[in-house]
Amino acid sequence: MSEPLLPPIGMLAELTHRCPLQCPYCSNPTELMKANRELDTETWLYLFRQAADLGVLQVHLSGGEPTLRRDLEQLVAGLSSRGVYTNLITAGVGIAEGRMQALAEAGLDHVQLSFQGAHAETTERIGNHRGGHQKKLETARRVRAAGLPLTINAPIHRHNIEEVPDFIELALSLGAERLEIANVQYSGWALVNRDALMPDRAAVERQVAIVEEAQERLTGILNIDFVTPDYFAIYPKPCMGGWARDAFMVAPDGTVLPCHAAHTIRTLTFERFGDRSLAEIWTDSPAFNAFRGTDWMQEPCRGCERRELDWGGCRCQAMAIAGDPAATDPACVKSPVHARMGMLIEDALASARADRENGGRPEESFIYRRIAATTQLA
Amino acid sequence: MIALRERALISLDSTPSLPNHVRIQFDPVRQAYAVLSPERVFWPNEVSLAILNRCDGRSPVSAIISSLATEYDAPEDEMTGDVTAFLQEWANKLLVRP
Repeated sequence: MSEPLLPPIGMLAELTHRCPLQCPYCSNPTELMKANRELDTETWLYLFRQAADLGVLQVHLSGGEPTLRRDLEQLVAGLSSRGVYTNLITAGVGIAEGRMQALAEAGLDHVQLSFQGAHAETTERIGNHRGGHQKKLETARRVRAAGLPLTINAPIHRHNIEEVPDFIELALSLGAERLEIANVQYSGWALVNRDALMPDRAAVERQVAIVEEAQERLTGILNIDFVTPDYFAIYPKPCMGGWARDAFMVAPDGTVLPCHAAHTIRTLTFERFGDRSLAEIWTDSPAFNAFRGTDWMQEPCRGCERRELDWGGCRCQAMAIAGDPAATDPACVKSPVHARMGMLIEDALASARADRENGGRPEESFIYRRIAATTQLA
Repeated sequence: MIALRERALISLDSTPSLPNHVRIQFDPVRQAYAVLSPERVFWPNEVSLAILNRCDGRSPVSAIISSLATEYDAPEDEMTGDVTAFLQEWANKLLVRP
């Protein structure tokens, strides 16, 4: 190990895979778990206590849709009693009146609310949920009424990239402190739907200019976090801040992973909470140690001056595109297979053109995220 | 519709405070003070921590500077620029309210 093992700071808890939306870029695995595999309340609370003991300071409560867990207030209270900062990541549909207030009273610190579009028609088409946009607006209002800070999360792709200016206006009008303009990461369902989602280069360049101008203009008013699109990048992102370096995630059944797509690396075996403690998994799990630090790196990462800036980028993207989880993230211009990213963009755009010429509507080519599709893909 | 906020500019008369979604907390695991905020954890150094701890919503920046000057035995006029710049940077990130 090239640096000492430090305790984790953050944890993403995917409490459930159940969700009322069917976004075709969902970061959940394509093999969705049914409710009967979810950890029960006591096990989550036990896991959270171990996480706090281990040094976790922030927990992101996610899913699926975490508010479908009827014990969410209890889970928040358990974390809050240990001083852990809690962030609810929600789609904001179907949340009962009074629930947001109850979560705030349980100690919830922050809410991140997703919008699939800046306009109702887009939100409903992408999430495949009628009336979704209006429900989200109401959830945003309830979040603010409960005195909670609000982040709007906007996953960006071909079908809403021109709405970026409207997302900024939407976030301002809802009283959000933060806006994430998050270009879709092509893993999970997004990888399945890559051809249907990939934007073109001109749209990406317009988006970058709009976001940079808004970041400057809205300094001190709205924080805009820009998650850049990897396929158009020169250098990779430091995925998760480095593999198993300061964060990890837990799947609904208690499987502990370095990131939400790590299961796509089939050579790794991931352990479940309960079979081993969280501390043992963090410290000793072969899957966690596989790509920690820099010792595992090949060239060009090994000799690169950026190796401790981006930690080689995303292991899952290396697996998906280079076919080797220890390869340099192909998003990096130094990767020997970097040109494949450009080719995949061209393939996606050609497929979109063909669809248009055949009179197809773009959403007809989506494989929506749902359990039934899980069966088909398997 | 909620009225748009305006960018907060820090002056010597501002009475900065931490918003309720930003908190300073001692972390027993790392034996250090952490600042917890949405999506981010900061590890302030001793002087940054001393500034943030004085952001109680009642003390004006001028009083915060006097108090720091006394504690660190440094001339007030030399501290003024650094402290206001620090607070402005944190206000820009919406982590301090003016």
